Amino acid sequence: MAGKGSGSVITTSDFVPAAVVPVTVGHTNGNIGTSPVQAREVMRIEDVRKNYQMGETVVRALDGVSMSVRSGELLSIMGPSGSGKSTLMAIIGCLDSPSSGRYWLDGDYVENMNENQLAAMRGRKLGFVFQQFNLLSRTPALQNVMLPLTYAGVRGKEKKDRAMHALELVGLADRSHHRPNELSGGQQQRVAIARALVNDPAILLADEPTGALDSRTGKEIMELFLNLHDTRGLTLCLVTHDPKVGALTPRVVRLVDGLIVEDGA
Amino acid sequence: MNLQDNIQVALRALAANKLRSALTMLGIIIGVASVVALIALGNGATKAITKQIEGIGTNLVTVFPGRFDSGGPQGRLQTVLFYDDYLAIANVSGVRSMTPIFQSLTTINYEAETSAVQLEAALPSYEIVRNAELERGRFFSASDNAGRARVVVIGFKLATDLFGAIDPIGRSVKIDGVMFEVIGVLKKKGGGGFGGGGDEGAIIPLETAYTRLFGSKAVSQGRRVVSQVSFAALTADEVEPLMVRLERIMRRQHGLSLSDKMDFTVFSQNAFLDAFTIITATLSAFLGAIAGISLLVGGIGIMNIMLVSVTERTKEIGLRKAVGARPRTILIQFLIETVVLCMVGGLAGVALGWGVAAGVRALDLVQAEVTAGSVALAFTFAAFVGLFFGIYPASRAARLSPIEALRFE
Repeated sequence: MAGKGSGSVITTSDFVPAAVVPVTVGHTNGNIGTSPVQAREVMRIEDVRKNYQMGETVVRALDGVSMSVRSGELLSIMGPSGSGKSTLMAIIGCLDSPSSGRYWLDGDYVENMNENQLAAMRGRKLGFVFQQFNLLSRTPALQNVMLPLTYAGVRGKEKKDRAMHALELVGLADRSHHRPNELSGGQQQRVAIARALVNDPAILLADEPTGALDSRTGKEIMELFLNLHDTRGLTLCLVTHDPKVGALTPRVVRLVDGLIVEDGA
Repeated sequence: MNLQDNIQVALRALAANKLRSALTMLGIIIGVASVVALIALGNGATKAITKQIEGIGTNLVTVFPGRFDSGGPQGRLQTVLFYDDYLAIANVSGVRSMTPIFQSLTTINYEAETSAVQLEAALPSYEIVRNAELERGRFFSASDNAGRARVVVIGFKLATDLFGAIDPIGRSVKIDGVMFEVIGVLKKKGGGGFGGGGDEGAIIPLETAYTRLFGSKAVSQGRRVVSQVSFAALTADEVEPLMVRLERIMRRQHGLSLSDKMDFTVFSQNAFLDAFTIITATLSAFLGAIAGISLLVGGIGIMNIMLVSVTERTKEIGLRKAVGARPRTILIQFLIETVVLCMVGGLAGVALGWGVAAGVRALDLVQAEVTAGSVALAFTFAAFVGLFFGIYPASRAARLSPIEALRFE
């Protein structure tokens, strides 16, 4: 079902070779992030603006935002509610289009893409983890994890193997046939992470991934994220208002009123 | 992602909501079942009537008094047939057998049992003209008729009603107060009967009727009257010529010129059959249309539930889009869901309709015949209902913006 013009989009991005990422075993709070000089850029936005019409007034959710993310980077986008961080995540995630600005994702220029091409980008280059897990109810974990592969046209044994592998990465291989209502909140979020990982995304976007979990489970999920980043070179972008989460990432992008006010460690 | 994957996704989504899927299907099940069952009943009625009309004789031609086609007798036209008319046409050629018949609605009793009966008085040739087959006993003979014997041949159901398990042969019954001996019971023909009492009728010799039973009731203007004269043509090809000949003789007998309207009707069994076929075909179409409306209502129910389903599953749709589903993929998924619902519902409906028809038949209420055509019609209609009513909800789902769908609470 590959649409016209989406051919170049459908290159499955490889994981960054582990050698690119400095081996930093056991770090939980590091300034020792990846070296931006060595890794290639997987995402770049330039002067992105997003305006909403709210009755008579125009709300500027994003007012000229520029940033880039390199492969293997671990960062969080922080800001109070209404700062535009969710809008920024939606645009990076190809779920929403900016009013103006330029956007490259993994070498592809995202502007001017049609719905089908955007869907392909989401399916093959992005992984999403949401606050509310967003698993298909009454559907076993394995089927949930296979969903992106189904839409990407992966089939049969390969689909199942890759989904099982993703479940192994999050430590839930033995729960593959459990339905969401048979799993704890933390386990459900792990299934969601496995679903986000299964297509080897260029960037994994996590929107308040610990927001619906108690603090202990939230910590476990963060440890899983950091571990995946450390051992597999996962490019991870967390969107959060929680300073404790932000404190775990080497790079923090801080948004206030649709503008980046701070970008760094 | 190909169609097979998409069907799998749709089936999984349906299986994830079994109760809702089943309830949604109910409308289609009932719709399809009523189409199948009602068309079966219509077909059954057609068959039963056809069988009955065919059962009253072979190559039958009947002369009735009055005009059937102009809404009743008109002006000074003669509206009865006299025994003389019968005598005039009795020697017409191309006839295998013929009999005049006098009909009267009367009562018959055996001991305490009383029954209303369509009594026919005829010649012994009635047996041949009307294909009267005997279950037991004998038909009355020419000498019974000539001797004005008080003998009666009764229909199968009348025999059961009056006598139950007792053998009626040789028993005495009272017809309109006059004692008659039962000498024969006719075989079961089924249904009410046309041109006679059928299973619930009784037949007596004509002479007996005139002299011992009806008296002045069977006389008009000092002459004996008959209700009809029935002929069995020699062959099927003889039916039309026979009708022409009968018409000619009757016109002469009644002193009518060619320009005069006829005061009698010559009717063939085929014309009868055609008339009833039109009636029953109309009936079938009517029943089918009513059932079709219920199928349509079922379709609207499906659309309603699919719209609710799309709203309820907005977040799911957002998630599917977030992990790479294209608008068209979502459209096809929801369309397949609706069509699968309708087709599974259609299959269940066919089974149910079939069951209803079989039940009706087993209870011996009316005839019911399920045809492959009605099954195919109902099933195809159900699939199209699914397609038609599925498109709008599915396109609503496909058009949802991914970010708004994900944020939907």
